[in-house]
Amino acid sequence: MGEEDRHRQERAENGTGRGEPARLCLVEDEMAIAEAISFLFEREGWQVEVVTDGAAAINAVRRVRPDIVILDLMLPGRSGYDILRDIKADPTLAGTQVLMLTARGQERDRERAAALGVDRFMTKPFSNLELVGTVRMMLEGAGEETEG
Amino acid sequence: MMRFDLLAAVALGYVVFLFLVAWFAERGAREGRLGWLRSAWVYTLSLSIYCTAWTFYGAVGGAVRGGLEFLAIYLGPSLVFFAWWWILRKMVRIGRRHRLTSIGDLISSRYGKSATLAVLVTIITLLATTPYIALQLQSVTLSFKVLMAGEGAGPHAAPADSLALWVAAGLAFFTILFGTRSIDANERHEGVVMAIAVEAVVKLMALLAVGVFVVWGMSGGPGPAIAQIGKAGLAEGNPFGDRWLAILFLSASAVLALPRMFQVMVVENADERHLAVAAWAFPLYLFLISLFVLPIAAAGLRLLPAGSNPDLFVLTLPLAAGREDLALFAFLGGFSSATSMVIVATIALATMVSNHVVLPLWLGLRHMRGAEIGDVRELLLLTRRLSILGILALGYGYYRISGGSTALTSMGLIAFVGIAQLIPSLIGALYWESATRAGALAGLTLGALIWGWTLFLPSLGQMELLGMVGEDGPFGIAWLRPHALFGSHIDDPLVHALVWSMVFNVGAFVLTSLLTRHRPLEHVQGAEFVRVFRSGEERLRRGSGRAASGDLLLLARRILGDREAGELFRAAALAQGRADGMPTPTPRFVAELERRLAGSVGAATAHALVSQIVGGEAVSLEDLVAAAGETVQIMEYSARLEEKSRELAETAAKLREAYEALQRISEQKDAFLSQISHELRTPMTSIRALAEILQEGDDLDPDRMRRFAGIIHAESVRLTRLLDDLLALSVLERGEVTLHLENAALGDLVDRAVASALPEGHRRLEVSVDVPADLVLDTDTDRLVQVFINIISNAEKYCDAAAPRLEIRAERLAEDGQERVRIVFEDNGSGIAPAERERIFEKFVRIDGTGGVGAGLGLAISREIVERLGGIIRCEAGRAGARFVIELPPVAAPVATPSAAPGRGAA
Repeated sequence: MGEEDRHRQERAENGTGRGEPARLCLVEDEMAIAEAISFLFEREGWQVEVVTDGAAAINAVRRVRPDIVILDLMLPGRSGYDILRDIKADPTLAGTQVLMLTARGQERDRERAAALGVDRFMTKPFSNLELVGTVRMMLEGAGEETEG
Repeated sequence: MMRFDLLAAVALGYVVFLFLVAWFAERGAREGRLGWLRSAWVYTLSLSIYCTAWTFYGAVGGAVRGGLEFLAIYLGPSLVFFAWWWILRKMVRIGRRHRLTSIGDLISSRYGKSATLAVLVTIITLLATTPYIALQLQSVTLSFKVLMAGEGAGPHAAPADSLALWVAAGLAFFTILFGTRSIDANERHEGVVMAIAVEAVVKLMALLAVGVFVVWGMSGGPGPAIAQIGKAGLAEGNPFGDRWLAILFLSASAVLALPRMFQVMVVENADERHLAVAAWAFPLYLFLISLFVLPIAAAGLRLLPAGSNPDLFVLTLPLAAGREDLALFAFLGGFSSATSMVIVATIALATMVSNHVVLPLWLGLRHMRGAEIGDVRELLLLTRRLSILGILALGYGYYRISGGSTALTSMGLIAFVGIAQLIPSLIGALYWESATRAGALAGLTLGALIWGWTLFLPSLGQMELLGMVGEDGPFGIAWLRPHALFGSHIDDPLVHALVWSMVFNVGAFVLTSLLTRHRPLEHVQGAEFVRVFRSGEERLRRGSGRAASGDLLLLARRILGDREAGELFRAAALAQGRADGMPTPTPRFVAELERRLAGSVGAATAHALVSQIVGGEAVSLEDLVAAAGETVQIMEYSARLEEKSRELAETAAKLREAYEALQRISEQKDAFLSQISHELRTPMTSIRALAEILQEGDDLDPDRMRRFAGIIHAESVRLTRLLDDLLALSVLERGEVTLHLENAALGDLVDRAVASALPEGHRRLEVSVDVPADLVLDTDTDRLVQVFINIISNAEKYCDAAAPRLEIRAERLAEDGQERVRIVFEDNGSGIAPAERERIFEKFVRIDGTGGVGAGLGLAISREIVERLGGIIRCEAGRAGARFVIELPPVAAPVATPSAAPGRGAA
């Protein structure tokens, strides 16, 4: 597992490109899921801000200015689509990517999210490896862009 | 001198005899026997109604007064019959083809089925026939008087005077009985015709008998008789003067245009070939009946006292010779002449009055009032009968007003001049295609006015009373003097009236016809009538041609609609090889069109409409009657159709609703599946994620490990509960519920629910229960408790008051005599928004922001359960918080609650 630890450290640093830990925002109303994902991300060395209410999500995102927002679709207060639209409409959040993570994995939802400019789309349930791998990939891509 | 009662008995007996003749003939005709009834001989004899009492008695009087003048009255008709090939054949052919019912029908039909013309002709003929009928009544009365008391008023004059009334009444009875048996004017009156034929024989025999007796018994044979004629000066003078010509013209006109002549000649004609026989037989009859006129006149002048009424020589001569039997026979002859004329004239006129005046008026009125048409046949029958009574009453009235003073001949001639007014329009109808309706109207109106002014009104003898002095002209206008119109000096009032009325009639007719144009139908009918002998194919081509096609297209459009009509015509034109889309109205095309139209408006109406344009067969009364009947049917049918289409629309609306409901259900099903998927994926997500973490689990601290395991367990429980709920809901919704009904105190059930929903120790919610102890329900207790638990735990979960409290109370309700139990759960939280109160019973609906752990199926399940138990559950506005109300059926309810009905599958 030493191999893996080394990887984690590397990725975390690569994620920011500045040696700072990656900042993630998790918008999820299901406490159990939020706890599981937070654990996974924190284990990677990323900072995670959890928001459980849709209505409060956009303010949290603006405040945190995360690298990636992991966004649930079915939320109390405000739907994931609306939050996605808000994020994409906000120029100060241009560097923020959105990973939509939803139990509603129908093609319709995927298309709609794509139309709104979502960066990645994953359905629940997911494998931890896949989720972490996807986020890592997104972080690396963003880092390359900023460096290049 | 004879006794009144004897005479009356003879007359009555004769009438009874006629009744029997008519009755047997009619029965024979109905049973198809007695084909000879329709022979040329009966036809010829029936034509003899031309010879009325006027000719029977009046010819002798005419001979005494005007010498050979009387011959003109027989000569005119004879000439017409000699020329039958040109005139009568055409009239009969047209009458039969167009199913004409009267002379008025002929004229109106020819000039574009003009109702105005029909009414005008009816009025003219009615006016002209009235004096004629009066004449018959007068002759009967006179003959009665003569036979009773010799000439002049005797002691029995009074009963003889009222006799006219009785004769009129008797004739009305006979006419109604045999003349209106069948309503259809085209159906022939075999009984009447037969009776008339018998009467023709009687009157001829009577006159011949008197003549033979006079010549051989009183004048000493033919030689002396002829000598006496010369001596009496009866053959002297120039008979061929203006008056003679006038009478010749009038009598020829009369045989053509008299309604009763049209009746027997055209309407009652069973076979056109009968005309060929009548062409020589009828003039022969006239010859025979006029044969002894001059000898009788001469004998009367020679043998009877001076001043004797020559109109009655036929009776008075035998009486003078003491031959009462012969006089009686002569009386019967005169009686026959009078009755036959009255009967046929009345039938003919009644047909015209009812068809052209009463029926159109009545139909128009009914139409305006929007009432249904009803039985037209019954109506026709009634109007015919009333018309018969009315016409006879008119005749009787005229007889009373004119005081019976006017000589028989002059009364007859007045009528003839009136009838002659129809001649220009009639001849024009038959021979002049360009004659127009306006022309006929103008000619008829002017001619009739002049006739009425110069002859008819003066004959009433009431001119002075009207303030129109005949001598000086009305209001002193000299040129309007009835007997010297426009200052003319024609001595003979008859010639005067005839000349002026004809000048204006013909002049107006010709000029107006030349100045006016045909309407389309007039054009068609004109060609139809004038060219009646052309072949049908030719008539169609000529009479209608392109113009008819246009009219037909108009008609078809109005009935079938533009599109369908256009298609029909284009297809027909194509089939005929025409490029312009306008087919020639060949019989085949016309028949096809008629069939198509019949589909919309009924066969009779279609036929009537098409016939109006193309001709062929005319619109007859039957067509109209049938059309009227069909109209009723169509109205009923369309009412039913409306009903049906309304039902159809309702059905369509229901179908649409059902479809929309299905659509909603389908959408709901999709949403439901998507919901379930979401609800299942959510707990599985955390279970899987945490399980994977635990699987790696090397560097996890034990607390965290336990915590994750705990979450996995809780989520698994949640999954299970979700699946349970789904299953329960599915079972409930499909109605596959087995209810276990048992009696239980409501209070106990509530306690059980509270205990189960709020385990001791964890109780956040304060619950107060107020349930009467005696409230017992017969219900599925487990399921009801499940509902209670759901509501109570919801209250605990969502009541956001600082000190959450739930109040549970129950009461009995009696509404509309139905007892119910009402259970109320009310908390002190912020309540549920009105918009959400119904929605929360839907599946997977959770109110936002509550962060609840359930799948949102609890209330949906609760509603299903309560409904299965025959109750209702709803969310109401509470005092402050949420208030759920459950109403259940009566305490100790019957097992079969509405919702447990077999349809819902509850066992």
